[in-house]
Amino acid sequence: MTFEKFLFYFFAAMVIFAGLMLITRRNPVHSALFLVLAFFNAAGLWMLMEAEFLAIALVLVYVGAVMVLFLFVVMMLDINVAEMKPGCFIKYLPVGILIALTMVVEMVMVVGPKHFGLDIYASPVPHAPGYSNTDELGSMLYTTYMYPFEIAAVILLVAIVAAIGLTLRRRPETKYQNPSKQVLVKRDDRLRVVKMPSESKMELK
Amino acid sequence: MEAITNFLVSFPTEFPVLWILVRIVVIVLPLMLAVAYFTYAERKIIGYMQVRLGPNRVGPKGWLQPIADAVKLMFKEIIIPTGVNKFLFVLAPMLALGPALAAWAVLPFDDGMVLTDINAGLLYILALTSVGVYGVIIAGWVSNSKYAFLGAIRSAAQIVSYEIAMGFALVGVLVAAGSLNLSDIVHAQEGGLLHWFWLPLLPLFVIYFISGVAETNRAPFDVAEGESEIVAGFHVEYSGMTFAVFFLAEYANMILISALTALMFLGGWLSPFQGTFMESWFAWVPGIIWFFLKVLIFGFLFLWFRATFPRYRYDQIMRLGWKVFIPITIVWILVVAVAVVYKFPIWFD
Repeated sequence: MTFEKFLFYFFAAMVIFAGLMLITRRNPVHSALFLVLAFFNAAGLWMLMEAEFLAIALVLVYVGAVMVLFLFVVMMLDINVAEMKPGCFIKYLPVGILIALTMVVEMVMVVGPKHFGLDIYASPVPHAPGYSNTDELGSMLYTTYMYPFEIAAVILLVAIVAAIGLTLRRRPETKYQNPSKQVLVKRDDRLRVVKMPSESKMELK
Repeated sequence: MEAITNFLVSFPTEFPVLWILVRIVVIVLPLMLAVAYFTYAERKIIGYMQVRLGPNRVGPKGWLQPIADAVKLMFKEIIIPTGVNKFLFVLAPMLALGPALAAWAVLPFDDGMVLTDINAGLLYILALTSVGVYGVIIAGWVSNSKYAFLGAIRSAAQIVSYEIAMGFALVGVLVAAGSLNLSDIVHAQEGGLLHWFWLPLLPLFVIYFISGVAETNRAPFDVAEGESEIVAGFHVEYSGMTFAVFFLAEYANMILISALTALMFLGGWLSPFQGTFMESWFAWVPGIIWFFLKVLIFGFLFLWFRATFPRYRYDQIMRLGWKVFIPITIVWILVVAVAVVYKFPIWFD
């Protein structure tokens, strides 16, 4: 077994382990942390496929941003861990098995021995050390796949606008600061210097 | 004698894994020492700025103070609160320190003086700095304490917001240099003080460094610690060595951000006199010295900020990140892209 093969089995085993722990933990925060572990190991697998750009982007986007927000929400939810009994797990087990089976069947149909294997595709040749996966991706994305790329970008933009549109509402009853007003405030707006004659004891009586 | 030299010459090829380990130790040990003396420098500099003397009792002029602090923290009891997950509680400080050290693997100290010269170095750095937040979040959550949890929540929101501005600033550097490799980025700035990227990318330079201050949870963006409101934020329950590791992580991150800013905007190991009549006068100075001097500038700025600015209000931090920095970076990426396409002299021709 070469070192690379060992790494592949190691990362693959860790992904499966993390996936299993993810669905069996009772505490949702632990589940989310196992999902992070699964992402890390999936990134390792992609790195073995010489897709270093995608591997690092996976860590950057999913681990660094998406999962942080996910954890942020899960931690704030007040979930009573004791109530999440194993019965819950059993209840949804049939549905889970059904979905898992469907996915396995689909995967076998696509990458099964009939369509995928060394006799159909030649084994990939490792690239030279100077090969840059980032350059290749960029030149493919901005030439051959220009339209799909732009359509995906527009869909994302629409999603962003829709998300803001759904959550944005004016609430006149809340008082919040207007920072630009605060920054532009001058002494004359707040303070009035009054000139008056000094008072003496005699007048006061 | 000859046997020793022969052994030393053949060592890198004979034991490649050991050779890598040796190089890692050569980077990490001075880094840890630098972190220790960075804390001393901070106390001393802020002391002088506030017309105090700073630590001056342990050793001559207080030079042994960081050693005394380290020994004190090592011998303190590690208190693990009741009802916490011990594994996560101990893992959190390591998760904070790990990325801060791992990022140094791709940092070039001089031309060719780098542990691993990978061509996606910039992305790797960005990914690792974003992973560092897990230490803070897990520490805050696992401590089972209101204050720690508030600190973690604040820190998560703040780091995610500033990471976007930071990432966009790096995109500007990437467009200007045409490479993700940090050595290539430095080489793209060759030609003297005015050719460094701080000038054509001035807004991105300022935004990157300020976002770096926010990302490391330093004053004036240190609401995650906020000792006046939430005691010490995410690490309120940590003591002894576990606390020391958080401390190390914070300072290692500060040095890392300083080094990255120096590499990407101040020409890394390049001499500032390149291209002027003074170039030959300073030709004997090794590049690593210039690099360290540039890192020191930003390290000093971190301390200066802390001594000067009051803590930002939370909504102001969010406003600065989302409504000021991100729009500016997007506009400036466009400007840089146009300048690169039309080969704008003197930087992009």
